[in-house]
Amino acid sequence: MLFSEFQAPFAAPEAMHIPDGFLSAPVAIAMWIITGVFVVLAVRRASREFDERMVPLMGVLAAFIFAAQAFNFPVAGGTSGHFLGGALAAILLGPWAGLLIMTAVIGLQALVFQDGGLLAMGANIFTMGIVTVWVGYFVYQGLTRFNRYVAAFLAGWLSVFMASVVASFLLALSGTASLSVVLAAMATVHAFIGVGEGLITAGAVALVAAALPEMFGRQVSGRRTDRGTFIAGGVILALVVGVMAVFFASPSPDGLERVAEDKGFLSAAQGPLYQLAPDYVAPGVSNETLAAVLAVVLGTLLLFAVGYGIARALQRRSRRLAEAPVVSTESPQQAR
Amino acid sequence: MHIHVLDQYRHADSPVHRLDPRVKLVAALAFILACALTPDGAWPAFAALAMLWLAVTLMADVSLSLLLRRGLIALPFLLAAVTVLFSIPGNALITIPLPFTSHTLVITDNGVIRFFTIMLKSWLSVLMALLLSATTTFPDIMRGLRGIGIPSVLVGVLAFMYRYIFVLADEVLRLMRAREARMAAGPPGQKSGGSILWRARIVGGMVGSLFVRSLDRSDRVYNAMVSRGYTGEIIWPDKPALHFSDMAWPIAFVVVLVVIELWARLL
Repeated sequence: MLFSEFQAPFAAPEAMHIPDGFLSAPVAIAMWIITGVFVVLAVRRASREFDERMVPLMGVLAAFIFAAQAFNFPVAGGTSGHFLGGALAAILLGPWAGLLIMTAVIGLQALVFQDGGLLAMGANIFTMGIVTVWVGYFVYQGLTRFNRYVAAFLAGWLSVFMASVVASFLLALSGTASLSVVLAAMATVHAFIGVGEGLITAGAVALVAAALPEMFGRQVSGRRTDRGTFIAGGVILALVVGVMAVFFASPSPDGLERVAEDKGFLSAAQGPLYQLAPDYVAPGVSNETLAAVLAVVLGTLLLFAVGYGIARALQRRSRRLAEAPVVSTESPQQAR
Repeated sequence: MHIHVLDQYRHADSPVHRLDPRVKLVAALAFILACALTPDGAWPAFAALAMLWLAVTLMADVSLSLLLRRGLIALPFLLAAVTVLFSIPGNALITIPLPFTSHTLVITDNGVIRFFTIMLKSWLSVLMALLLSATTTFPDIMRGLRGIGIPSVLVGVLAFMYRYIFVLADEVLRLMRAREARMAAGPPGQKSGGSILWRARIVGGMVGSLFVRSLDRSDRVYNAMVSRGYTGEIIWPDKPALHFSDMAWPIAFVVVLVVIELWARLL
């Protein structure tokens, strides 16, 4: 077996592993400090929870996430579904252990495969290890009582989507990309990639729930979210909103928009690019970038509300089905 | 799969290979930080950084062409930076008329400068990271991380992960082979397999069973460790003292970096 054959799936450009050179030094260092605090807390909490089992458990499971990222499945149009794994790790093991596992995965990818930078590693762990894990954890915990699989799908999808939004802001903050373009591009691409993540996460949760019901019951459904996890979630939310607020604080509009205004390009730009949130300018909000930020936040909340509604509706249906006699438990591949 | 596939070009012996890993890690990070701090358009400074990298690489006796080729790995990401060509205000260089409208996209001189600066920064940083991993064995990188104060459990997790990637990669290949064996592919061009949901279920099931197998394996690994006297303490070899001979070259390296950075600001 040649290594290159196995490596091929990893070589696909992962839009979220930011290489060095794309983040300005202040942004990269600030993200290292924030990430460092989270990782130190996670080490402490995971050591308490798993004591001397921790190193072999986390090490093998980090290798699991790394190996699982090789799985892909064809979606329409020659693209393939990808798997990042942050949401799945958080669902199966909780956010702190999930953060440690993702830290190891991202660290090794940077140190050995040069996938993602060393100076940018703090930012990469923040987007792919902290944002994905907390988003995935809270979405799953919030929705699982209605429908476990819809909850797992949304956890996977939203985790990838939010990570791409945060990565776009970090790039724009560093002055390496124009916010409106990079945000629209990253968010659109990852809205699709996230579908693959969500589907794989839901499929994996289904299998683990069937294979290890006792572990699943104890570790996942029965887990009470403690105060530290909530506080950490609040801090992450505040940080993300804070990063977005930097744009709102800056008096000049985004570079591209300024050029666009100068050149009379703005009217053209208000075509497809801006129709993600048609005429999103809220009353009293003059800054377009702030408006874009608000659109993202509102859009996220809206999507969450829609997901919540779907999950509830499905719950009602599955309750009705549960009362009816079971017709078939055969899985589709057995039926073939 | 064998663990040495990754380590194939690390067994040379050179002054760079022999450096203390702690020092190497810090020096490589200093180089990447210097790249990030270099102002836009300071081409002579970038040339100096490239010369510095080349000097260390020649000293290290590693394949220059291999490093240069692998250095292109971050290139696709440049797509994200294309926008700066248009977004940084400056004098218009090229005006591209947009089809079907009367509007134009303007490439500015400052935008071009920023774009090439980002490209150079990224390329030089990747080259330095490659040089680090090409001259440092994985256990040495772990010792270096431990030496610069990364928590011992975290380094332990990384080391275990590296060890089991190869085992689990084989597991993945077995799962994929099993899937191939059970799926009859139709004639080329014809759809094979079920709907996207069905496929996701299969792949999700594979990921899930890989998780279950990994969990079992970590249990067996843990039991094997306990039976050999593991108490939860990861024991690392003593850190050797840093001698002046370890420090002389890296200090010179960092001094050169500082000089380049100061010079870049005076240009």
